[in-house]
Amino acid sequence: MKQSTLFRVASASILKNKMRTLLTMLGIVIGVGAVIVMVAIGNGAQLQIKNQIGSLGTNLIMVMPGSGMMGGVNQGAGSFNKLTVDDAARLKSEGTLFAGVSPVVSARVQAIAQSGNWKTSVNGVSPDFQTIRNWTPSEGAFFSDADVTAGRKVAVLGATVVKNLFPDADPVGAQIQIGKVPFTVVGVMQTKGQNAMGQDQDDIILVPYTTAQNRLSGNVRIGQILISTLTPEDMPAAQDEVTSIMREAHRLDQSEPDDFTVRNQTEITEAMSSTTKVMSGLLAAIASISLVVGGIGIMNIMLVSVTERTREIGIRMAIGARGNDVLTQFLVESIVMSVLGGLVGLAVGYGGAALLGRITGWATSTPASAVAIAVGFSAAVGMFFGYYPARKAAGLNPIQALRYE
Amino acid sequence: MSNQPVIQINGVKKVYTMGANQVFALRGVDLTVQRGELIAIMGKSGSGKSTLMNVLGCLDVPSDGSYYLDGTRVDGLSKNALADLRNQKLGFVFQGFNLLARTTALENVELPLLYDRSGRKLDTKKLAAESLARVGLGDRLDHQPSELSGGQQQRVAIARALVTKPTLLLADEPTGNLDTRMTIEVMALFQELNDQGITIVLVTHEPEVAQYAKRIVEVRDGRIRRDHPVMNRRDAAADLITYDNTPEDDDAPLVAAVEEAA
Repeated sequence: MKQSTLFRVASASILKNKMRTLLTMLGIVIGVGAVIVMVAIGNGAQLQIKNQIGSLGTNLIMVMPGSGMMGGVNQGAGSFNKLTVDDAARLKSEGTLFAGVSPVVSARVQAIAQSGNWKTSVNGVSPDFQTIRNWTPSEGAFFSDADVTAGRKVAVLGATVVKNLFPDADPVGAQIQIGKVPFTVVGVMQTKGQNAMGQDQDDIILVPYTTAQNRLSGNVRIGQILISTLTPEDMPAAQDEVTSIMREAHRLDQSEPDDFTVRNQTEITEAMSSTTKVMSGLLAAIASISLVVGGIGIMNIMLVSVTERTREIGIRMAIGARGNDVLTQFLVESIVMSVLGGLVGLAVGYGGAALLGRITGWATSTPASAVAIAVGFSAAVGMFFGYYPARKAAGLNPIQALRYE
Repeated sequence: MSNQPVIQINGVKKVYTMGANQVFALRGVDLTVQRGELIAIMGKSGSGKSTLMNVLGCLDVPSDGSYYLDGTRVDGLSKNALADLRNQKLGFVFQGFNLLARTTALENVELPLLYDRSGRKLDTKKLAAESLARVGLGDRLDHQPSELSGGQQQRVAIARALVTKPTLLLADEPTGNLDTRMTIEVMALFQELNDQGITIVLVTHEPEVAQYAKRIVEVRDGRIRRDHPVMNRRDAAADLITYDNTPEDDDAPLVAAVEEAA
């Protein structure tokens, strides 16, 4: 039979018994619909987790001073500090994969305000710090690039510092003394809480790194350079870029070892990717179960249908249908039904995901690939579960089939 | 080509094995059917006439003996080759009409053409409509079987059998489910088609129906017992007119009703 006629014969059969077709499709509709909703919820959750972990700094690269030898004795990490503000400037101007670059000049200093005093760590940074740590002020504003260039004495306080220095008063605009230098408080950072190591991240004062170098540390070397990449996936490439820019900046020969160390938060990244993997594995399992159930539904109805249509099959064979014609007809019927069911299920799934998202407030997101997967899978299910009934139909003896009541 | 017999079977046997028993359905049948014949095969149930019909219809293969259909040797062919042969050379008419339900007359008649493997380009709709017109149902193309009378359904089935222009029309108890008038109607159609040159073999157990054929073959216990031309062959078209002019009497048997009126 020609393919076009085959399709016509199969679709005519499908249309002839609308109730049966509808019930057969229902299994696949529910199966595919459930898969789409699952994928939407899972995908949404993944995005949410990604964002949450991202705020911890998965895309964070730290450039630290390298180790150095002193008379044959290795002095350990950070003993051989050659990091300069110029390195940071160079990374910022030459890097292509970086979202932000900030030098960090740190010191532990006593901070004094009118209503209290508190020893804390003062970090000299650039405004890029906000991007890098995904951390912005809740009150006032961060200092600007102009403040950095001019080396102004402005400070942004962490929440813990505020609690200790200004228990009652509004800190923005107030004067504090850091070490012996007077600073103006321009902003207060949002509460960030503890980091993975249990350190209080809010116990901090941020000032322009120029001011920190000139007024607080008095050292041209900087403690570290913080870099964030545009996406966590850029991490390996970005790290290579950092290394090559740094080596060039420090004019290192090929034979010379790095005089700096590049570090990242691989542990967190790995944790995230394993979470993602477990999640998608779970979803795939649920997806396959509901599709298999739908497929068994198709097989059930197709088997009943073969019995019910035994006489029809006999007629077709008597007038010249080959076994293969009957097989293909039943197979095409089953595939057409399951693909139609898949398409309807797709619509149901999209609608269901949107509705669920609205009711529960969960983040849902359906990837475009879900369409192809849903249709492809339902066709495969139709083919797989339609084959046995179709073969049964094709194997009928025409004489017995014609006599079947 | 045209002078060779439509059917030539020699020493055809059919043995079914049921458990330890062997059932001899056909015990050596010789039969030759020439072009243009209208043959009635008669026999009681269990006589082997159905098996003979299945063998002639290429639905079953003989256990022994040879079968030539229109010059093609049938015994020993594969299932697919048999299917193609049924499609190209044979037209089937059944007792129970065997039309596809919820399918229009036109689509039912079109069906055999859809399984055509010869590769010719066929205007299946047009051929189906022509075939329906030939059996007098040119105005019922879009009717479904449930909307047609038994006689009309059987005519749709005949149109379906004819649409492929078969060498042989096989009818298995074609009037078994029909009342007297419809029986005469269908037999009139068979006679008309036969006059146009179509070879027809029909199986029946009604002697009245067999009287419309040209030749009667009687089968008993898997063998042909009698094979004779029909004396006093009836003309169905004439009988139909007679019947229609007879006052209604449902209980009267067909021949009695017709003869009474005559």
